[in-house]
Amino acid sequence: MARGRGAPSTAGETPALLRLMKPFTVHRGRVAPLDRVNVDTDQIIPKQFLKRIEKTGFGQFVFYDWRFGADGQKNPDFVLHEPRYEGASILVAGKNFGCGSSREHAVWALADFGFRAVISSSFADIFANNSTKNGFLTVPLKEEEVATLIRRAQEIDDYALTIDLEKCEVRDDQGFYAKFAIDEFVRHCLLNGLDDIGLTLQHEKEIFAYETKHPSPAALR
Amino acid sequence: MTAARTLFEKIWQAHLVAQPAGRSPILYIDLHLVHEVTSPQAFDGLRAAGRKVRQPARTVATVDHNIPTEPRGTPITDLIAAKQIAALQANCKEFGVRLFDMDSAEQGIVHVIGPELGLTQPGMTIVCGDSHTSTHGAFGALAFGIGTSEVEHVLATQCLAQQKPKTMKIDVRGQLPDGVTAKDLALGIIGQIGTDGATGHVIEYAGGAVRALSMEARMTLCNMSIEAGARAGMVAPDETTISYVKGKRFAPRDAEWDKAVAEWRSLPTDSDARFDKVVEIDAAQLCPFVTWGTNPGMVAPVTGRVPEVKGLQENDRRAAELALQYMGLEPGRRIEDIGIDRVFIGSCTNSRIEDLRAAAKVAKGHRVSGNVRAMVVPGSQTVKRAAEQEGLHKIFQEAGFEWRESGCSMCLGMNPDILQPGERCASTSNRNFEGRQGRGGRTHLVSPMMAAAAAIAGHFTDIRNWKFQ
Repeated sequence: MARGRGAPSTAGETPALLRLMKPFTVHRGRVAPLDRVNVDTDQIIPKQFLKRIEKTGFGQFVFYDWRFGADGQKNPDFVLHEPRYEGASILVAGKNFGCGSSREHAVWALADFGFRAVISSSFADIFANNSTKNGFLTVPLKEEEVATLIRRAQEIDDYALTIDLEKCEVRDDQGFYAKFAIDEFVRHCLLNGLDDIGLTLQHEKEIFAYETKHPSPAALR
Repeated sequence: MTAARTLFEKIWQAHLVAQPAGRSPILYIDLHLVHEVTSPQAFDGLRAAGRKVRQPARTVATVDHNIPTEPRGTPITDLIAAKQIAALQANCKEFGVRLFDMDSAEQGIVHVIGPELGLTQPGMTIVCGDSHTSTHGAFGALAFGIGTSEVEHVLATQCLAQQKPKTMKIDVRGQLPDGVTAKDLALGIIGQIGTDGATGHVIEYAGGAVRALSMEARMTLCNMSIEAGARAGMVAPDETTISYVKGKRFAPRDAEWDKAVAEWRSLPTDSDARFDKVVEIDAAQLCPFVTWGTNPGMVAPVTGRVPEVKGLQENDRRAAELALQYMGLEPGRRIEDIGIDRVFIGSCTNSRIEDLRAAAKVAKGHRVSGNVRAMVVPGSQTVKRAAEQEGLHKIFQEAGFEWRESGCSMCLGMNPDILQPGERCASTSNRNFEGRQGRGGRTHLVSPMMAAAAAIAGHFTDIRNWKFQ
C-alpha cells in the first residue's frame, strides 16, 4: 500500500488554498555574489543527485562540482564557502541564470541551502517558472544594477538587501534602489502562498466542458 | 474576418480552457509524457492531496534517463537509480498510467518513442518534465518542458496555467550544403542568437531549408530550441509530417484520420501573420560545426579555430576564459587539431534511424582510432531493431564502435556511461555544460556524421572531405 493513499485532503472548505507554499512578501538577507553568466541547472544541481525520489535534502548538493573537489573536499575558494557569505539568503548572478535542464531539483537545492531569491538580469523560462511553484523569487534587474549589487556584495562586509514583493522593489542600506517587473498573477500567488493546482481546479466546470468536446483519442483509452 | 494567426496562436487558442481575469490563461494538455527522474515527487504530491491522475489515457510513461545501456536483464547496480525506476513502476500501476518499461519492445528515450508510436501529432499541446520536449514541435505541436510541480499540476488537472509566450520566426532560406545537417543548422542558429536568444519565445522554423528536412531532421532542429532559451520550437505540418504519422500505432485511423488531416492542413501560419521577432538565416553559409566551450552557443566551423576572446565584452570574455580553461583549449587552436578520447552517438537529439544510417555510412570500412572509445546508443528499442535489420550494428561493431541498449545514456551521464575527468568527447547530444557527461569531462557537440568521422580520425575532421568506403 502506497504512502498517504486515501489520506484526508487538506482542502477543507477552501479548496483553492490547498497546500500553501511559503508566502514571499518582504525579505531581508545577506547577499552572496556569483559573478558568472549562463549558470545552468547542471551546475546548480549535478545529475548524480537527481536520482533521489524526495523533494528535500538537496541543499547539501547545490553547486556541488564547484563547492567540492573530485575527492569530496570542500573547495575553500568557492564564493559560498567564504565565511562572510555564510547564511546568505539572496544570490546575485550574471545573465541567463538557470538555463538548460528543466530539473526543479535546482530550485529545491537553492531553497534547501537557504536561499529565498536570486537576482539576475535574465532567467531561463523553465527555471523561473519552477521557482514560482516553490515560494522562491527570481528578481530581474537591469544588467548594470546586477553589476552594482555584485560589486557591493564583494566589497561591503555583511552586505544585505531587502526584496519587497509588495512594492516590487530591491533596496540596500547604501542607497541602492531598483524596481522590478513580475507577472501580476505570479506575484499574487507568491504573496499569498497559493497553490495553483487548487486555483486551476476552481475551473472544473470549464475543464469538464472542454473534455466533453475533446475526448481523449480512442487509440489511447 | 479573423485576424491572421501563426501556427502557435492557432494551437494556443484551440487549447484555452479558461481565461480568468487577472490570472494566467489555463491551457489544456493533450499529451503528457512522463519519465522516472522528474515524476516521483509529483506522484507523491497527488497522494498527499488525495488526488488522482485526471486523464490516464493522455499520460504515457517510459524509463530512459538513468537506465543502464548494457544488455537488458543485467542487474542495475546503482541502487538509488533502481529505486527511482521502481517508484515509476509502482506509480504507473497505482494511478493507471501506461508504461513502456525496461523490458518493453517499445522502450526508449521519451522524445524518440512519442513520435515513433504516433503519440505525437500535429496541433497537440504536449508537455513532459524534460526540457527537450521541444523535440515534438517538429510535428507542428506546441511542446514544452516543465518542472515537477507542473508535472503534478498536469497529472491532477490535465491543464497548465501559462503566461503566453512571444513568437519568433527563424526563416532559413536556401538549401543546406552537402555534409551540413539539421544539427549544424541548430548549432549555427544558437551560435548566432546565443543561448538566451529566444528566451520567452516560441520559435517557428520556416523557409525552404526547413521544408526540405525529413521529420527526423526537424526533430533534431526543434530539440535544440531550448538551447537557445526558447519555450518551444515548431515546424508547420506538411505532407512530410502527414506521411510520417500515417499508420503509426497511436495515430488516428479511417474516418478519424481524414478528419485529423483536414485539421492539420489548417494549422500552418497564415501568410500575413506577424511574429514578435524574425531572424533570417542563409543556409548556404552554414557548415559542419563543433562546439569549443561550455555552452551550445560557443561554436566554430570545423575548418575554423578556437576563437580569440580578447575582443569580447567583459562578462562574455570571462565566461569564454573559464570555458577554455575547463576545456583545456587556447584561442587560435585549429578545430581539426583537437584530438578526442571518446565518441557518443545517441541522445534525444541524434539517436534516430537516419542519424545511425548517416553515422554508419561514415564508419563503413574504417576502424575507430586506437586511442578512442566510441559508443552508439540507439534512441529506442524500435530504432535498435530497425538498425539491426539493416545491418548497421555490424558496420559499427566491425569498425570498433560499441553497440548498446536504448536510453539517454551519456548525454547526461545519469547511468554508468560517463566521461572520466579530462576526457574529451565528440558527442551528438545537446549540451556541453561543465560536467554534463561526467565530472571534468570535455564535451564537443557535433552531428552524427562528424562524430563518426572524429572516432575514426581520432580528432575532428571535416566530413565534407570524407573518403566514404
